[in-house]
Amino acid sequence: MSVETLLQGLVGGLLMGFVYALIAAGLSLIFGLMEIVNFAHGEFLMLAMFATFWSWALLKLDPLTSLPLTVGLLFLFGLAVYHGLIRWILGAPMLAQIFATFGLAIFLRAAAQALWGVEFRLVKNPLVDGRLAVGGLFIGLPQLAASLGALAAFGFLHWFITRTETGLALQATAQDRQAASLMGIDTQRMFALGWGIGAACVGAAGALLAMFFYIFPDVGASFALLAYVTVALGGFGNVPATLAAGVVVGVVEVLAGLLIAPAFKYAVVFALYLVVVLWRPQGLFGRY
Amino acid sequence: MTPRGLRWAGAAAALAVLVIFPQVVTKPFPRHVMITIFLYAMLAQAWNLLAGYCGQISLGHAVFFGTGAYTSTLLAKHAGLSPWGGMLAGAVLAVLLSQCIGYPVFRLRGHYFAIATIAVGEIIGTLMINWDWAGGARGLFVPIKRPDSWINFQFHESKQNYYYISLALLLLALWVTRRVERSRLGYYLRAIREDQDAAASLGIPVAAYKQRAMALSAGLTALGGSFYAQYIFFIDPDSVFPTALSILICLVAVLGGVGTLWGPLVGAAILIPLGEWTRISFGGTGKAVDLLVYGALIMLVSVIQPGGIMALAQRGRRRTG
Repeated sequence: MSVETLLQGLVGGLLMGFVYALIAAGLSLIFGLMEIVNFAHGEFLMLAMFATFWSWALLKLDPLTSLPLTVGLLFLFGLAVYHGLIRWILGAPMLAQIFATFGLAIFLRAAAQALWGVEFRLVKNPLVDGRLAVGGLFIGLPQLAASLGALAAFGFLHWFITRTETGLALQATAQDRQAASLMGIDTQRMFALGWGIGAACVGAAGALLAMFFYIFPDVGASFALLAYVTVALGGFGNVPATLAAGVVVGVVEVLAGLLIAPAFKYAVVFALYLVVVLWRPQGLFGRY
Repeated sequence: MTPRGLRWAGAAAALAVLVIFPQVVTKPFPRHVMITIFLYAMLAQAWNLLAGYCGQISLGHAVFFGTGAYTSTLLAKHAGLSPWGGMLAGAVLAVLLSQCIGYPVFRLRGHYFAIATIAVGEIIGTLMINWDWAGGARGLFVPIKRPDSWINFQFHESKQNYYYISLALLLLALWVTRRVERSRLGYYLRAIREDQDAAASLGIPVAAYKQRAMALSAGLTALGGSFYAQYIFFIDPDSVFPTALSILICLVAVLGGVGTLWGPLVGAAILIPLGEWTRISFGGTGKAVDLLVYGALIMLVSVIQPGGIMALAQRGRRRTG
């Protein structure tokens, strides 16, 4: 294999890694806040992609133009899921929590199939299209835009969590919910907000992905699996670490595809994950 | 009669009804539904041994199901071995595999464990899709042998014998669970489920006992897999190795009630006919209404009674009694 192919792959993996990281960030945020894994996370992504698609098909909005709309919709959706489902299982055993979100995942996927059918859809002629040639390497512009967008969203999220009062209240709730509520933080509101922000992150990721990826009811499944691995690799609840973990996942996926075989790329990512958690059960940067 | 005697009489009567059922009902479809209920009840019971009693939530049990299905089919195809022998070989292989998987993943806890089992399931599923000798993504047909025979584990005339075999498998799973419940193993497993660190501090070799629960669970699941292959005559990675199957197995147990002897059977008796009914009523429209109902039901059970239907029934009994 030539160096160029390898570099090309690395760049592609890096770009995709930022998007993976953004998807995983929402998952990690929610987990850090209340120790619940949202197994419907991939379906949130799918809904965001469909929202983008329909804004394009019906309202003639480009994915980038409709991005704020999608993010807002998903934020509201996250709030609704929290109030409609999650609030009721906060004290339930882990098994019930797992299956509540699994049930939601099955429900959302089936709902999408019932409403929009199973065909693959694609946003044609997005605003950002074509590719860039840099010193013999080709970079897809939609991918580049998605990657930069994801990075920007990630930066915004980080700023929000670490620099605003609400963000600090979120962190306080994640650290110790009792102490936080004694300090006058409404933890229920923080949980709801966490679900809203978590869904908004994946909403942004979905809108960005919709620029160049096929849209269908099952699209969330493989991204969600990667997101769980990314979160666990970075360490549950550690949002900044998901950025590094996302890049690792993106790059490893591409390298495995190039060096071993494309069919095995996910298997290699999962194997890497297993190796890492065996060596560090809390993930690369996690607290246990 | 004592309550205990009454319960045994009730169980014996129920069993008698189940044994007579295929003699009275000869249509293939009701028999098929019953066979499917038995199979899933049995698989859910096997999962329950590990997840319900020992608290280790595996989301990758399809691996053992697939191991059973592939082992018996490959041995029948390439070595001409009777599927009964293949079934046994599949169970042994699944137990060995479970120990190899368990050794690393049991060091993880909670969500890390659950996600690791998904990862293992996905890896093995991918390997099977790409393993050409084992049929790859195209799958395998079980070599058809006529006429019907018990030795060949093939019956083309009617589903009656499959019915009895699946019932026997279910009884085996129930019997094993009952034995475990009342043995030292059962108490140790429950202690590990309640508080792993406390169990370890009392001198329970936690890792070793998790492995035993895993071995039992995997072996039983593989028996179900071999049965499935002989019943359907066709297997491929998509039907015997998918994560969706792992989840379905858990759902049956969760709906009925985890950590109970009868929960998985109750769950299967509700979920499987519901699935068949919605599939027939709404299936083929491509609208996935069956899955809509499934998903809503699961959310409802998780919210209303996380202990499943068994917990609901027990609560009712306490109230009236």
